[in-house]
Amino acid sequence: MIDDALIATLTQQFFNALAIGGIYALIALGYTMVYGIIELINFAHGEIFMVGAFFGLTFLTAIGFTGAIANPITFLVVLLAAFAVVMPLLGLVGIGIERFAYRPLRNAPRLAPLITAIGVSFILQNIVYIWHGPSPVQFPQILSPQVRFSILGASVSYISVLIVAVTAVLLVALQLFIGRSRLGRAMRSTAQDRDAAQLMGVNINTTIALTFFIGSALAGAAGIVYGLYFGTIAFNMGFIGGLKAFTAAVLGGIGNTTGAVLGGFMIGFIEVLSAQLGLAIWAHAIVFGVLVIVLVFRPAGLLGQPIGERA
Amino acid sequence: MTAVAPAKNAPRRPALRSARDYLDRHRSLSIIIGMAIVTAILPFIVTLPPFSGFDAQRVWIGSFATAGIFVLLAIGLNVVVGLSGLLDLGYAAFYAIGAYTYAFAASSFTGIHIPFWPMLLVGALIAAIFGILLGAPTLRLRGDYLAIVTLGFGEIVPILFRNADARNIGVNLTNGTNGIGGIDRPTLPVIQIGDFKILDVVFNAANPLSYYLTMAIIITLVLILVYRLQDSRLGRAWQAIREDELAAASNGVNTITTKLLAFALGATTSGFAGVFSASKLVFVSPDQFGFTVSFTILAMVVLGGMGNSIGVALGAFIIYVIQSVFLKQMTNFFDDFQVPILSDINFIEYQFLLYGIALVAMMLLRPEGLFPSRQRARELHTDEGLDPMEGSPSGGDAEGSLA
Repeated sequence: MIDDALIATLTQQFFNALAIGGIYALIALGYTMVYGIIELINFAHGEIFMVGAFFGLTFLTAIGFTGAIANPITFLVVLLAAFAVVMPLLGLVGIGIERFAYRPLRNAPRLAPLITAIGVSFILQNIVYIWHGPSPVQFPQILSPQVRFSILGASVSYISVLIVAVTAVLLVALQLFIGRSRLGRAMRSTAQDRDAAQLMGVNINTTIALTFFIGSALAGAAGIVYGLYFGTIAFNMGFIGGLKAFTAAVLGGIGNTTGAVLGGFMIGFIEVLSAQLGLAIWAHAIVFGVLVIVLVFRPAGLLGQPIGERA
Repeated sequence: MTAVAPAKNAPRRPALRSARDYLDRHRSLSIIIGMAIVTAILPFIVTLPPFSGFDAQRVWIGSFATAGIFVLLAIGLNVVVGLSGLLDLGYAAFYAIGAYTYAFAASSFTGIHIPFWPMLLVGALIAAIFGILLGAPTLRLRGDYLAIVTLGFGEIVPILFRNADARNIGVNLTNGTNGIGGIDRPTLPVIQIGDFKILDVVFNAANPLSYYLTMAIIITLVLILVYRLQDSRLGRAWQAIREDELAAASNGVNTITTKLLAFALGATTSGFAGVFSASKLVFVSPDQFGFTVSFTILAMVVLGGMGNSIGVALGAFIIYVIQSVFLKQMTNFFDDFQVPILSDINFIEYQFLLYGIALVAMMLLRPEGLFPSRQRARELHTDEGLDPMEGSPSGGDAEGSLA
């Protein structure tokens, strides 16, 4: 029994899932890259995403764009400017965190950097809490949600398409960088065998810092598109967002960038599907359930290599 | 507080030394004596300045009883994180399970009124069962995955309690966000000889002393249990897993069972804490058990000194008193005197920022915590070339008896 209303709803939800999934995918890339190179779950990564959204808010407010921009050219310029400013800034934040909180503990017992990671996450969260207060903050809607197009009876906001485009562009750029560039090769070799890479002349510290820079910059991009899509941002959104993105990274196979994107979109679809089935209040629980099931039955994820035991 | 060791190689006078040796050999006795002394002294210390200026003695004693909840939680989490090296980020979930168990069993919400004392054990048991249920599928995972799964579990449990009401599932199981109120307080029979009442203990908000003493007894028992386990075959297995899981497994330690028992014991302790907390606040709600609680307990364990039960107990007590009394007082103080800038700061808002900074600083500068166990300190400073066999002289501190 397929009628037009159902098709419209499904189309609508399909685009919602793509948009949410794209945001998770961008965050998941940071988790997966950092894990791939130093086998650390960077708990603070979700908070970096949150800080990115607030940096985006600050930047857009500072240059005076708080409302919808009608002219598409101006809009693109403003959006690119926001990315160009926020992403490197977040990258620097990531490098700083790595330098002060993780690097000194690189050879410490595994528990130590995990605990500092949680500490850093609380520091970031509470700095923003003190800066902007506990209530959700309006994010400048520079692309009006009213700008929509119709497809199969559904009216879809351009923001969804924009998010998918941003994710796709960044993913392709990342794959080219990792696969083709000299620094990308250094990253791959460091991930494979840190000591051997060092012996071959790779500067380990620079390479790891670079990984944090890229991962955090991507989280910054995710923060901006999150603000555009949802319209409000809050100091505590990094916790759940980060956890879901981490689930995405694990689902796709941690350490695998394509897997992270795939996992991100899958989590987006799972979440939208559970909302569509009237289980919105259980969405978090369902995503965590997925995480537990994946970890127990296929810890390597969908695209990941089996991981050896490391004490 | 025998486990707080004096500075390394400090000369000891013979009389003092033999007393120490005696107490080290009779750890349970020394825990009882130590706890008795602390329990007896604390109510009097707070009548002295500067403490008397902050709050009335009664308020202090009530705070101490609540602090005891966190002390219990920290001791329990220390078994999991400090002794066994398993990072559990959802520890508050078991605390919630203990509290809700008591709320179901003894409140006007369900109409059932089972007494507090048996429920203390039942709540702990149910928490332990959930610990095993969570641990069984997940403890095979590597350490950092375990951290994430427990984090997820810690997030799901309050969601379940929040959502299980009439609006969402059709049956009002937990009263949703409003939580369950009207929980029974503990009761004890009055024992008297003639007119002289030997035992007439009333538990209510006006009389926090009875909660305080109950808590002191629970902590004493749990400390004895934990120390006895720590030096048993099981305790040595925990520490072996913490140090090198692969090596422990190849030496015949059943890692899964051992980790499960650590999880179960940790959950048991937080079950005690949950039942006690529900009976003291006479109210439970999902918001009491969020991630910030798990995080606070972790901060207490890390700051107190992972692996040293007395250390984490002290750490938890100090942190709780600082956060619940001094931060509030500081805010009031600067408000009263209109100190510029400082009076605009609400110090309570900063507590998690401070915990975060303290956690990072601690792991970087002093990973063994403020009150370290000597053995753990050696482990965390492996790169300083300390010979693992070089230890305390005979009868050293609490952890010296591993051999």
